Amino acid sequence: MKGPSTTGFCLRLLRRQLVLAIRRPVEIGNPLLFFAVVVALFPLGLGPAPERLAEFAPGALWIVALLATLLTCDGVFRSDYDDGSLEQLLLSPQPLYLSVLAYTGAHWLVTGCLLGLASPVFALMLNLPAAAIGTLVAAVLLGTAVLSLLGCIGAALTVGLKRGGMLISLLILPLYTPVLIFGSAGVQAAASGLPAGPYLAILGAMLSLGIALAPLAIAAALRISIDA
Amino acid sequence: MSAGTPLLVASLLSLERGGRQLFSELSFEACPGELWQIVGDNGSGKTSLLRILAGLCRYGFDGRVARTSLPLYLGHLSAVKGLLTPRENLAWHIAGESEYSAARIESALASVGLYGYEDVPSHTLSAGQHRRVNLARLYLSDAPLWLLDEPFTAIDRQGVAALETLIETHVAEGGSVLLSSHQPLAVACPVRQLALPSGAIQ
Repeated sequence: MKGPSTTGFCLRLLRRQLVLAIRRPVEIGNPLLFFAVVVALFPLGLGPAPERLAEFAPGALWIVALLATLLTCDGVFRSDYDDGSLEQLLLSPQPLYLSVLAYTGAHWLVTGCLLGLASPVFALMLNLPAAAIGTLVAAVLLGTAVLSLLGCIGAALTVGLKRGGMLISLLILPLYTPVLIFGSAGVQAAASGLPAGPYLAILGAMLSLGIALAPLAIAAALRISIDA
Repeated sequence: MSAGTPLLVASLLSLERGGRQLFSELSFEACPGELWQIVGDNGSGKTSLLRILAGLCRYGFDGRVARTSLPLYLGHLSAVKGLLTPRENLAWHIAGESEYSAARIESALASVGLYGYEDVPSHTLSAGQHRRVNLARLYLSDAPLWLLDEPFTAIDRQGVAALETLIETHVAEGGSVLLSSHQPLAVACPVRQLALPSGAIQ
């Protein structure tokens, strides 16, 4: 029996997710707006002194990026679960491992990737030293990909629940901590003129591990959620 | 009874939900050329049985299901995305099993009476039209075994007749169809009935 190639199927799935996101631009805009508003709150809370802002900037930017990703995770599988598309995906002869990787990739492209690309603007708002901006972009791009993978595990586990939002945070936030620690430490190092390479390498290692293992967990979680 | 190896063998299926035994020790074989109708009251476990047969439910029941190939399962949910057009929806539905072919999709949509609706957003369509987009998959699929959960819901009279003809053709070509429905089927081929919860076969 002739069937379409797995790569072709995954690209089609990725394109479908992106088309769905573009047709509902609010979903793309929300995390960016959230990022902008929260970053704008920091000078109000910490005081507008530039040195003080620069001191808190790496950690603050990372926490906001993390929360912005977390906010959007809940919806990754939600609508497909509600309208039955997920059942059909599970019955399709294609490997679920790669399909969920396509879901995660699409989620990262419309949240983490955009946040990473927009982060220099927010870094300037918090007076982050210019030398650290390159590291910030690289760290956010790498780190949010890990966050997307982890977040999708939570999304897949809670997709069968009517209100999974809070539960996702409880399940996933502890797993987010290593990314936060190494991500902000890398930016901190770059801001104080130290090499940030090792931190980025550790984020890259986490991403490789995530790509290898997270889809297995997501696929298993989806099967359980559909079964219930 | 029928020639050929069974497409689906269910042996000793039992299911309990919420402390109620929905059915117990259900055994049957669906062979090529057979049309099965699953009948039973609301809540008697028709949908649960079809989900078990499709392989969507893998735990929580007793017994075994053996399939020779992946079935085509159409459930209560239409799997139609409001933001996508019928053409895009259908292209995605069949993406896993066959190559994209614009002509095939167009002819399938025309067959279910959606000619002219290919490129409008699906959220402007009615519930019956959503169901029709879903049923267009029957024209595109190569799967020999169809599992249809209440396929006649929300469909108008011509639609029901067309679907019955399609099922007849599929069965005549050596496919097998299991469907749940409350209405009697107007088809020329013999219909085997599986009654829930007793499991009696006619």
